[in-house]
Order: sequence, then C-alpha cells, then structure tokens
Amino acid sequence: MGQQLRFNPKREQQIAQSLMYFMTAVAILVLVFILVVILKNGLPQLSLEFLTRNPADMGREGGILSTIVATIFLTFIALLVATPLGVGTAIYLTEYTVEGRITRIIRFGAECLAGIPSIIFGLFGFILFVNKLKFGWSILSGGLTLAFMVLPTIIRTSEEAIKAVPAAYRLVSFSLGSTRWQTVTRVVLPSAIPGIVTGVILSIGRSIGETAAVIFTAGSALRMPTSLFSSSRTMSVHFYILAKEGVSMPKAYGTAAVLVISILVINIITYYLMEKYIKRKS
Amino acid sequence: MTKLDRNDRLVRLGLLMIALSAISVLAIITIFIFEQGTPIMFKYGFRSFLLGRDWYPSEKSFGLLPMIVGSLLVTFGALMIGVPLGLASAIFLTEFSHRRLSRILKPVIELLAGIPSVVYGFIGLMFLVPFIRERFGGPGLSVLAASIILGIMILPTVISISIDAIRAVPDSYREGSIALGATKWQTVRLVVLPAARSGIIAGIILGMGRAIGETMAVIMVAGNAADIPGSILAPVRTLTSNIALEMAYASGEHREALFATGVILFIIIMILNTMANVTSTRQRKK
Repeated sequence: MGQQLRFNPKREQQIAQSLMYFMTAVAILVLVFILVVILKNGLPQLSLEFLTRNPADMGREGGILSTIVATIFLTFIALLVATPLGVGTAIYLTEYTVEGRITRIIRFGAECLAGIPSIIFGLFGFILFVNKLKFGWSILSGGLTLAFMVLPTIIRTSEEAIKAVPAAYRLVSFSLGSTRWQTVTRVVLPSAIPGIVTGVILSIGRSIGETAAVIFTAGSALRMPTSLFSSSRTMSVHFYILAKEGVSMPKAYGTAAVLVISILVINIITYYLMEKYIKRKS
Repeated sequence: MTKLDRNDRLVRLGLLMIALSAISVLAIITIFIFEQGTPIMFKYGFRSFLLGRDWYPSEKSFGLLPMIVGSLLVTFGALMIGVPLGLASAIFLTEFSHRRLSRILKPVIELLAGIPSVVYGFIGLMFLVPFIRERFGGPGLSVLAASIILGIMILPTVISISIDAIRAVPDSYREGSIALGATKWQTVRLVVLPAARSGIIAGIILGMGRAIGETMAVIMVAGNAADIPGSILAPVRTLTSNIALEMAYASGEHREALFATGVILFIIIMILNTMANVTSTRQRKK
C-alpha cells in the first residue's frame, strides 16, 4: 500500500479524474461522430422515390425498394423459425425443469452460439442450405441462417422475461387447481409477453444489420424477390457493395441512413420495453 | 416443483425436444465446419496450415500464418484502444459523473452498439484511411486502421458490461474505504476495480470475441494483403476476411482451405467463450 500512495492523493485524484473525463468525451464523441456523418450525408439522399423505386444500373441510379423488401422477408423468416424454438427452450429451462446438468449444457450451448462470428454462420448456411439442401442462394437459405444466429438472443431475453414473472402468480394458479401447462399458457406467458417481444425486436435489429452471414446465403442479386427461392440482396449487403466497390457514394450514404435509422428506432423501442417490463420487475 | 400429470409430462417432453434441437444447432454447425475443413488439414498436415507463410490457393499452398498473425494483431490493437477508453468511460459514468448524465449516456452508448458493422467499416474507409495515408504514409489501409475501427466497435460492449460489473460492487465497500480516509480515486483503484475485476474481464473477453470475429468492417479498412505485416501501417488480412474475400469464387481444395480457416477461427472463439464463461461464473458465485 505504502508504495502505491506515493503521490499526493488529492493531486492523483485530480489527474485521474480529468483523464477519465477526457477519455469518456473521446469515446462518446467518436460514436456520435459516426452517427452524425451518416445522417448528415444520408438524409439529403432520402426521398419517397429512393424508398419506392428499385435500384437501377447496379445501384448507381434508382432507389432501394427491392433491398428493403428482401430485408423484410429474410427477417420475417428468421423470426418465424427462431421465435418458437427460442421461447420453447426458455419455457423448458424456467418452468419445466430444475437446475441440473441438462440446463447447464443448454445454457452453455446458447452462450457459445451467441459468441460464434457471423461469418461462421455464413459458411455453415452456405454449405448446409445453399449446397447440401439445394435451396441455392435464396431468401430461404438466408432466413434460416439468420434464425440460427438470433436464436441465443431470443432464448436469453425470453428466459429473463419469464423469470421476472412473480412466483406468487404461479402459486395462486396452482392453488386454484390448474395444471402446469395451464399455468404457463394462461398466467406466465401473458405476463411475460412484453419481455419476449423485446427479444424478438432486438433480433430484428440484428438481422437487418447483418452482412457476412447473409451475403453467402441469400446472395446479392438486385432483382425484386418473387419467391422463397429467389436470390436477393438485403439493405446491408447492398450498402456494403456500393461502398466497397465505390459504385455510388451518395446512394451508399442514403442506404446507410435508412439502415441506421431503422435500427435506431428498433433499439429505442427495445430499450423502452426493457426498462418497462424486464428490469423493473426483477 | 409441483407434481405433473400425464399431459404435463408430454408437454415437458415436447419442450425438452425443442430445447435440445435449439442446442443441436451448435452441434450441427460444429460438425459441418469441421467436416468440410479438417480433411484438407490432414492431407497437407497441420504444420503447413498453421505455420505456412504462403497463401497461394491456385498453387495448392495454403499457409494460414499471415492470417492468424493478422487476426491476433488487429484484435490486440483493438483491445489497446477499446479497453482503456471503455474502462475509463465506465468508471467515469458510474463513479464520477452526475447520476443524470450517466442515465442519459448509458442508453445512448447501448443504442450505438446496434449500428451495423458495415457502417463502422464505411466510416473508417471514408475518414480514417485517408487520414492515416496523408499523416503517416503507407496505403492507409492498414493494421492501424483496422485496430482503431475494431477498437471503436467494441467500445459499447466493454462500456456497458463494465458499468454493470462496477455497479454490482456493494456501496458498503466504497463507504468503508472513504471512511478510512481514502480519496474517491483511491477507492476506485484499490477497492471498486479489484472487486469488479472478473466482470470487467468477462466484458473485455466478449469485446475480444467481437473483434476477432468481425468481418465486413475489417475487409473495408485492412487492405487484405495475405502477408505478415511489417509495420502497423502495412495492410493485413484476418482469418475472417480470408473467408469472406474468396468464398464467392473458391471451389475444390481452395474452398476446403477456407473452411479450414473457419475451423481455426472457430477453435479460437470457443477458447475465448469458455474463458468468458468461467470468469463470469466465478463472479456470480462470489
């Protein structure tokens, strides 16, 4: 201790505090700078036409309608698959079993899945859905790959939402003679719904912003998707190609603005719901 | 747990099936990546993959050392930038700022965590790369650019997990230390940070996982030359970029070698996950 207190403690406190103040300012300014640059350059590009017309000339002209539609389709499929799987897993973990080896394995598996980089999901989706199952580069392959990617998020948020339902609710329901299933479906789930929805919305945000897992599974065709098996380009892939290959910077900024605004709106809704329904109760 | 009737047992069985199939996703991914990636490693030998310096897929030379070094370098660089900034911000927001300020800034930081990685890469390409090229020389697309962009990308993760870890330290620790005459900073350095250590480390490991697994942002700013970089201003290629850059046209052994790249990445990530899991369990038990 003696050696560590060599400096005048008051002086040390002042230095440390101003240093931290400075570093916090740097961190936050950098993050805000990114947001401001995208919105400042992107917002002037936005117009009704940009949102309602298909890209033309490889994205140099026209709008981004087909990429918006592709993003929505892909996200929809991902959630359609991941939500039942994730919520079912969460119900099993919280209501139908006691802590033990199986729950530990399931939780550890979900955590590992959450840590796998998206490019690995991309490789996997490419080999399984595109090649082995012969779905080709398609909305279906991309959607299923994304479903696997967002699954851990849905499991975790649903689990927290279900745990936040007070134990008294369940006890009252049992004491009235209901079975466990009745308790889960009529008492627990209705009060956990807002929390579960939060997890789903969070996953929508992740799906919209994903590039690496999608580019090798959904492909990058610029056509308007017509079926589950059409290859199509999502907003984030479109933005990546416009920016990386220098196709058109104004269009890239416009696409980025749409991407960032939709994700921010989704995250703000999520944040609001989380504050309201998950954190307060627990 | 109350007694289950027959229907409930059926439901439980069904839910167990769902839970297991959710987890089997992890197993399926592992099996597919290894099944595709390991045969070629056996064929040419692990040594030549891990230690080979030459990546010329058309001449059947699949040395991954430059990419392994590249991934480790940019991840290390990202930590050098992201951890001090992130940790300082977390300490400032929990211990030194007004409550109101931290109540506004924490959600802002968490919202920024949702910005897609391609956007970070794009900003790096438009602003950081030209800046490095003009100020420090070299192509601009470099280890330095990739490290800075990744460092910024992991900031929200490091900040919000460190804030949670620091907040979890009981106030009585701080009160005891202040009562003994320590200054606020001494309290933070000698009492709060040691108590929050394992939570903070878990946050850093998660950030590290994010940095090493990031693909698109790195491709846009790193230059992607498959050589071991001679300086931080030289271009670099990571394991993830190696896969993403060549997957579109690779076939045969070339494609298998890209899956082998995936295998190595997968192993590195699993080691990190297990480390994070162990440290965060230790924190919870305390």
